[in-house]
Amino acid sequence: MSAEVLPYTIKPHPVTGLYNGKFGVWLFLASEVMLFGALFSTYIFLRIGAPETGPAAWPSGEETHLSWKIGGLNTLILILSSVTMVLAWVQFKMDNFGKGRLYLAITAILAIAFVAIKFKFEYAHKFHMDIVPSTSVFFAIYYTMTGLHALHIIGGVVVICYFIGPGAKLWDQNREYYTNRIECTGLYWHFVDLVWIFLFPILYLL
Amino acid sequence: MSGDHHHEPSFIRKYVFSVDHKVIGVQYGITALSFLFLGFCLMMLMRWQLAYPGEKMPYIGNIFGEAAMPGGVMLPEFYNSLGAMHGTIMIFLGVVPLLVGAFGNYVMPLQIGAPDMAFPKLNMMSYWVYFVGGVVMITSFFVPGGAANSGWTSYPPLSDIATAGQTWWLFGMVCLITSSLLGSVNFIVTIIQLRVEGLTMFRLPFFVWAQLITSFLLLLAFPPLEAAGVLQLMDRLAGTSFFLPEGLVVSGVLQTQISGGGSPLLWQHLFWFLAHPEVYVLILPALGIVAEVIANNTRKPLWGYRAMIYSTIFLGFMSFIVWAHHMFMTGMGTKISAFFATTTMIISIPSVVILTALVISLYQGAIRFTVPMLFALAFLPMFAIGGLTGLPLGLPAADIHLHDTYYVIGHFHYVVAPGTIFAIFAGIYFWYPKVTGRMLNSTLGYIHFFFSFIFINIVFMPMFWQGMAGVSRRLYNQTVYAHGDAVQSLTVMSSWGAWMLGLAQIPFIINFFISRFAGKKVSNNPWHATTLEWLAPSPPPHGNFETVPVVYRGPYEYSVPGASEDFNPQHVTTEACSSVS
Ligand code: HEM
Ligand SMILES: [Cu+2]
Repeated sequence: MSAEVLPYTIKPHPVTGLYNGKFGVWLFLASEVMLFGALFSTYIFLRIGAPETGPAAWPSGEETHLSWKIGGLNTLILILSSVTMVLAWVQFKMDNFGKGRLYLAITAILAIAFVAIKFKFEYAHKFHMDIVPSTSVFFAIYYTMTGLHALHIIGGVVVICYFIGPGAKLWDQNREYYTNRIECTGLYWHFVDLVWIFLFPILYLL
Repeated sequence: MSGDHHHEPSFIRKYVFSVDHKVIGVQYGITALSFLFLGFCLMMLMRWQLAYPGEKMPYIGNIFGEAAMPGGVMLPEFYNSLGAMHGTIMIFLGVVPLLVGAFGNYVMPLQIGAPDMAFPKLNMMSYWVYFVGGVVMITSFFVPGGAANSGWTSYPPLSDIATAGQTWWLFGMVCLITSSLLGSVNFIVTIIQLRVEGLTMFRLPFFVWAQLITSFLLLLAFPPLEAAGVLQLMDRLAGTSFFLPEGLVVSGVLQTQISGGGSPLLWQHLFWFLAHPEVYVLILPALGIVAEVIANNTRKPLWGYRAMIYSTIFLGFMSFIVWAHHMFMTGMGTKISAFFATTTMIISIPSVVILTALVISLYQGAIRFTVPMLFALAFLPMFAIGGLTGLPLGLPAADIHLHDTYYVIGHFHYVVAPGTIFAIFAGIYFWYPKVTGRMLNSTLGYIHFFFSFIFINIVFMPMFWQGMAGVSRRLYNQTVYAHGDAVQSLTVMSSWGAWMLGLAQIPFIINFFISRFAGKKVSNNPWHATTLEWLAPSPPPHGNFETVPVVYRGPYEYSVPGASEDFNPQHVTTEACSSVS
């Protein structure tokens, strides 16, 4: 009810050029930058403060038991999912509901593949080797950052599935509104990918 | 009812899970006032132990049980819980939800002529997440070991190894932070996008500006604390050592089970990166309220309206680079200390500009000494005392002596209690007629103001002397130290002040409830104010305005020469203002 009365819910504001939802998502992403920014700062703070030698020293590449191949594969998967996300939005923009939905589904599948690889080949493998968050500060930050990131991915999957399923009703009522929501979801999705683009090198490569 | 063609929403939809910003504002207001009262009660208990250490608490000493107060005497652990929860409740569950959740939610959309917040459902969610956070905090009193007892600052390593209450505290904080984040997104979008035609940024009431900057602070400063909260949860639940160095010794016992490698200072950085901007969250909306009340009751435009806005923006930026002035004693090194001392001195300039502008606004005004105006007037010197006593704390040489003493407690309470809380009272007396359609009784209001003003100074003024005498904060019993015993009489004085201050709130509480039904009925604009909220009916219906207003002028056109009245509302055209009505 209130959605129709509020100005700029669907049409962009003439000065800012944004409709309310998109503006909101940008602000939300700004806060997310601060959230992950704090964690990246924590990483830097702990790494700089780590002693050169001894048990608390920062582990070298081999000591982390992280495979850049698995990480790299996951990076590719996420980049691909970003592309399919954009394609979905483009299709909705061009009024092709069926194709758009297909691309959304591919995005969701790629995301699920990312999470599956993460859990099956990385977390489970590490737990098997008795490497847990309390093993060292490196693994503490590793599990915290990738875990929080994985939660963001899972959240994204839920939203995408919602728009494939029950949320698709909105398409019949108001196509522009629906397409806007996909655009907002896409912005979030690109951000989550971007976080991974930073996480991958600092954890797997450096 | 209003000529709405929608069907009437059910009771639950209308008053419990409402999406109307006004209902949500009132929900926030009532909940937060209750928490404010609870936080106040915790502190009144502490004041007994401080004034009469080790003595049985009269009348109520037995109701807290053996685990907290055996034989009616408060245990040190319980004292610590009370202190930590007093700070947490006052700040995160009381003052911020009042300033932003209640006043911001209720007044801001009205002042910009909007029918509601930009995201009404999100708004409802903010409230309920906040509510859950509050429930978690209260429940934590009943878990084994009691509520969190590591201070509202939750410094590790102690907080990492504290009793279960700390975990509850962290979960509660995550809820409260999430709620604030949702709220701040909503506020910013609403202020930027939903202003009515003609209401340019420099025609916004100062209160709206204050809310805008506050929202940016919440949006950008809270996430690092959320991150820190997650890290501390990991430390407590997953056994990590983000904040624990190796070789940690607690109560003489070497902690061998921890992996080490972390740093307690990391927490302090993350915490104060939030908590310094947070103090501006506590003061900016209060300044906004005071500005509205002063302009209205001097019947004059605010002096230096633009300077105040630029100062507020500058203050917002600066507040992100002063945080380590809370950490001068951590051995950061003189260069870093010098940097943060400098930024701290710089940030005091815009605060002084705003305060000065408000004081000059009084000059040659036809001041009406209404109840809200008295609170607003008292705010000015109280905030000044709080601010000025902060300067020595910002200079490392002085802070080495004053850090973690009662001087600090005196300092921030002057800003927050007779400062912000007085502004909140001003706001309640000022906007109550808008919310309820009825006035608060002014005789009771004068009594409330007069005694509150006296007693609040008796509570906090002695703390400066105690602090300068070297008495540390968070002491369970200062009389065991010679230097503390020497100033114990000040503690007793402060405690009696606090209890009397509690009594002084009784007229307010009575007034608040009785006036809802028995207060004098008022028109839409009882204060003859200029801003848009006074155009809407009292109380405003769902959707707020009968027709969408258009704005023709700035927010404070009082006593304009040639006008037919001493106020020109923002929505009235110039011709209509000058014609005799
Ligand atoms: C109006 C009467 C008030 C009195 C008499 C009072 C008194 C006190 C006392 C005795 C302490 C503890 C000192 C210690 O650690 O030993 C304290 C701490 C604190 N108070 Fe208040 N307070 C009042 C109001 C407020 C308000 C309105 C706020 C916030 C908005 C507030 C925020 C705090 C904070 C943040 C702390 C620090 C808690 C800690 O360090 O653990 N107080 N106060
Ligand atoms: Cu500060």
